[in-house]
Amino acid sequence: MPFMVAFIWAYILWLVLTAGTKGLGWNVQELVAGLIFAIIVGYATRDVVGERANRYLNPLKWLEFIPYAFVVFWGMIKANLDVAYRVITGRIRPGIVRVPVDLENDAQYTILSNSITLTPGTLTIDACPDEKALYVHWINIPKGQEEPKNSKPVSGPFEDWARRLGK
Amino acid sequence: MMSDPFFYAALLTAIAGLITMLRMLIGPTVPDRVVGLDTLNTIVVALMILLGAAYDRTIYIDIAIVYAILSYIGTLIIAKYLQGGLS
Amino acid sequence: MNGIDYLVYTFLGISVTFNMLGSIALHRFPDVYTRLHGATKSTTFGTIFAVFAVMAHAFYRLHVTGDPKYLQMSLHSLVALVALLLTNPTGAHAIAKAAYLTGYKPKKAVVDSYESRIAGHVKAEPEEGEVKP
Repeated sequence: MPFMVAFIWAYILWLVLTAGTKGLGWNVQELVAGLIFAIIVGYATRDVVGERANRYLNPLKWLEFIPYAFVVFWGMIKANLDVAYRVITGRIRPGIVRVPVDLENDAQYTILSNSITLTPGTLTIDACPDEKALYVHWINIPKGQEEPKNSKPVSGPFEDWARRLGK
Repeated sequence: MMSDPFFYAALLTAIAGLITMLRMLIGPTVPDRVVGLDTLNTIVVALMILLGAAYDRTIYIDIAIVYAILSYIGTLIIAKYLQGGLS
Repeated sequence: MNGIDYLVYTFLGISVTFNMLGSIALHRFPDVYTRLHGATKSTTFGTIFAVFAVMAHAFYRLHVTGDPKYLQMSLHSLVALVALLLTNPTGAHAIAKAAYLTGYKPKKAVVDSYESRIAGHVKAEPEEGEVKP
């Protein structure tokens, strides 16, 4: 039920933001006020969240995001060294390529697009679920990769990650 | 004192913000200026966090949270306006 | 001076370097899309390390003084980082798409597959034999 998803995440956010009000924990007023506001938020957004959000109540789902965070962080380190190299030398070969992908729902497209934007040399311009493709601006296209057949040369391992995380 | 390096880092980050503002002033096209605005928003969030640590005030960091979310909505609305109206 | 000071100095140095690099990238690159590359990646990375520096400082002060103010400081900067990481790439997509639909083509581009999609030819199949290994 969508009410529970919004309620739980709003309450967790409240707990994180009010930690340290009594010693290192919470005092009772903050806990009660957070409960009231989380109920209001959950009730107000029950039509917006949607039925499919139930899968984010599963704690095992969130454990999978921990190795993903490390993979993305390593990709960001490489991306920034790459950008530093291109800022200093000015050596670019830009272009917009069409990348066919094999994904099903919107969450997978969002995760893959954001991963592509934060990892080396690529920036998603548009996602088209109707033709199962992403349009990606690539700052330094290797010779012979102007029309890639799959997302391997563009995003590395992130299509598999997106498929697993957004399921 | 421990909070001195945060002041120096905040000063250098503010200089980066000034360089970004130069792009907003001279940017030949409208999307160039929007890119400058987006970059400036991120730099201002970093600046607020560093100054919050420098002055030992947690309230600055709370403002950084609100600014990060509201500036994102501003960028989205400008982008939507550029690609053909708000309707 | 102790170990945690050097850790904070290192994080602050990385943060300032990449924020500066992001603002210089805005002046180095020729058009909107390449500028977005430099600006988005570098400033996001720089802000991550600014938050790491503040968190290291705050946890060290929490360990020394036991003041809950420093716990709040580290948790709130972490929330700011999560908000920034979720919103920044999406803003970059929005600007890039708006710039393309407004009519600014990428300069010096070797390939532009998006043009046929905008023109209405949705089918942009890659030709066989075109791709050399």
